Amino acid sequence: MADITLRVNGATRTGSPEARKTLADFLRDDLNLTGTHLGCEHGVCGACTVIVDGRAVRSCLMLAVQAAGSEVTTVEGLAPDGGHGELGPLQQAMWDSHSFQCGFCTPGFVMQATAFLSDHPDADEQQIREALSGNICRCTGYQSIIDGVLLAAQRNRTLRNRTPRNRETLSEERR
Amino acid sequence: MKLPEVEYEAPTTVAEAIDLLAEHGDEASVLAGGQSLIPLLALRLARPEVLIDINRVDELSGVSAANGHVTIGAMTREYVAEESGTVADTLPLLAAALPLIGHEAIRSRGTIGGSLAHADPAAELPAVARALDAEFVVRGPSGTRVIPAAQWFDGYLTTSRRPDELLAEVRFPAARPGTGVSFEEVARRHGDFAIVGLAASLVLSGGVISDARLAFAGVSDVPVRATAAEDLLAGERPSAELFDEAARRATEDLDPPADLHGSSDYRKTVAAAVVRRGLRAAADNAARGSN
Repeated sequence: MADITLRVNGATRTGSPEARKTLADFLRDDLNLTGTHLGCEHGVCGACTVIVDGRAVRSCLMLAVQAAGSEVTTVEGLAPDGGHGELGPLQQAMWDSHSFQCGFCTPGFVMQATAFLSDHPDADEQQIREALSGNICRCTGYQSIIDGVLLAAQRNRTLRNRTPRNRETLSEERR
Repeated sequence: MKLPEVEYEAPTTVAEAIDLLAEHGDEASVLAGGQSLIPLLALRLARPEVLIDINRVDELSGVSAANGHVTIGAMTREYVAEESGTVADTLPLLAAALPLIGHEAIRSRGTIGGSLAHADPAAELPAVARALDAEFVVRGPSGTRVIPAAQWFDGYLTTSRRPDELLAEVRFPAARPGTGVSFEEVARRHGDFAIVGLAASLVLSGGVISDARLAFAGVSDVPVRATAAEDLLAGERPSAELFDEAARRATEDLDPPADLHGSSDYRKTVAAAVVRRGLRAAADNAARGSN
């Protein structure tokens, strides 16, 4: 057992996990953050993907003790109000695209896509497919997931391209 | 599955890591990026008593170039090497292979030294190291040894590192002007280990191949150099006929293992195909570079 301190979704958390405990199990069992899902538990399915120090990692292939001092983001950390109704922009785009069915693989895809879009906000379909190729979904056939991430990327672009004048025009159009 | 019970040590210097290896010997496993070792623990295919985690040994990370060589610290993460300007400029074959390793999240944690010390014969980096005649710098209680790639890979998941030694860094010769490279592989799914892969590097001087280096992944229990094909290519001008003959020579003595991904004969056929494709791509790459 080792005492560790880390930041999870912006809050300082501490714990004393056994050395063999993976980051995934620590998040779920010790911190009660059960949004991170465990599928295969040996690094193949991608369901447990979280963001550690800005990079997508598989939390089943990292020990909790190795995350000491790190900044971890889980799916619970994406919604602006901590997950009580409102969705983050990627989550909203995936909702609008009916990206998922059963929901088991969802947190892994969402975290992988979040990390990828933060580095590649203008990603095209081919890049998105490549970035998500390590995550497995057994329901959708992937097309709706790709659609959701593409929609999020398009909305990113639209937001960025809005000059003040454009913004006026857009709100005019909305009226 | 959950990991088995294991003791855990996290040294912060190479000297401490070596002391721990001396103490625990072959009861210990060195934990680098963990992208192969942790699955082996989960599946109970590895049962070390102690994990010696070198993730906090900062001196083991980094890429530096000097005197025609590029030195990569063992703990350098694959994504760091992938983003390194030095690697892109001086080790084009490594740069071509890195994006093919697993998936993005695997490369976030996986390390250059970890992959080469794990020595999976179907992995990309062992073939690159073998093709480029990389040198492995190991440190142990009795000092430092430099092991050429030809002697590093000892068998399936086995290297000539002794249990009390630590792989500290890997040295690659920087690519010469006129070098063209390719890493070709055939895999069931994107990101999987290759059924067969080929690291290829050609140097073209005045339209003639002055140096050819080919190493297979996935055809034996270690990465395999295709020396007969390399000898054929040296001094010749690239052509489809030449590459067909190189593919024949590269594969005539192969006896690849069979598994559920492919029979031995199938692997041999794929090996010939990746030689033809790899040589064409490397020659095109060299021609583009010299323009």
